[in-house]
Amino acid sequence: MSATLWIILCGAVATYLTRIGGHLVLSRFDRIHPRVEAGLNAVPAAVLTTLVAPTAMTAGPAEWAALIVAVLMSLRFGMLALFLVSAAVLIAGRQIFG
Amino acid sequence: MSAEVISESTSAAEFWAGVRVGFPVTVASAPFAVLFGALAVENGFTVAEATLMSAAVYGGASQMVGIELFGQSIAPWLVVLSIFAVNFRHVLYSAVLGRRVGHWPILQQAVGFFVLTDPQYAEAERKGEAGETVSFAWYMGMGAIIYVPWVIESGLGAFFGSLIPDPHAIGMDFLLPIYFIGLVMGFRTRAYWLPVVAISAAVSIVAFNVVGSPWHVSIGAAAGILFAAALPVRPGKLEVGPGAQEGADL
Repeated sequence: MSATLWIILCGAVATYLTRIGGHLVLSRFDRIHPRVEAGLNAVPAAVLTTLVAPTAMTAGPAEWAALIVAVLMSLRFGMLALFLVSAAVLIAGRQIFG
Repeated sequence: MSAEVISESTSAAEFWAGVRVGFPVTVASAPFAVLFGALAVENGFTVAEATLMSAAVYGGASQMVGIELFGQSIAPWLVVLSIFAVNFRHVLYSAVLGRRVGHWPILQQAVGFFVLTDPQYAEAERKGEAGETVSFAWYMGMGAIIYVPWVIESGLGAFFGSLIPDPHAIGMDFLLPIYFIGLVMGFRTRAYWLPVVAISAAVSIVAFNVVGSPWHVSIGAAAGILFAAALPVRPGKLEVGPGAQEGADL
């Protein structure tokens, strides 16, 4: 089996475990400990931040401008508008800064 | 009219009500399905593999992370671990949703949890909180209208993505960080969001330079999560950010 196929199938199983696991495991407890819940609440922002931060550090002005615009856009607009405008800023920035 | 007929017509109505709730997510996620397909091919997937990944994993952010790391030639098991880490948030959705759908037969639960995405969770929880029953028909109506186009559009994106002449010029290599920061901002109303993001960012940058990729993901995330767990507990319940509700992340 190719590495790609292996990644896809194992990734699918791992993902399904997260989707069914909370119900199978956490629901056995009458209530979730507040600290566990606070920690779980922080999971998405924490994980996704780590995917941006190191890349942003090593990027250039076009990329920084796009990220700043994305943050500003998020305060007022939805994801799709944010994405399209930031991508436009990125492309324009790369034309200017090379 | 027999009770069975009434129940069937109710199920059909519930299904279409679910479809209506899911449709905005279908529209909002379409560009990201196409983007995933195009980036997957650019990172070395075939069109069939890109389509299969959307069908089998069905998690936008994790699929993007998967192809990003695959493109960097990272060991397959680490790519799988990273997919697991990004999707780990579903554990909490699953626990909360379980309270709403515990009355479904086991097989329906097994299918229902397969399509549990951020917007799916958000809408089901909103419906449950309003005091309405979360029926299997309603839930699967929403799931189907998001899932089926997601898979098809990924395949289309992969097919047409292979025709793009200069990916760098249109910024394709940096579209994922933009997408990820949009998701991060979507969670900004959660307790301790800013310190969690600041700590995860700082620790992941240090880990990236000291330990290397992809460990910066687990290490940086762990720092933010442990910080949030150690702080005084703030009353409040699980919220899903607007980004997730609009289906930017499936």
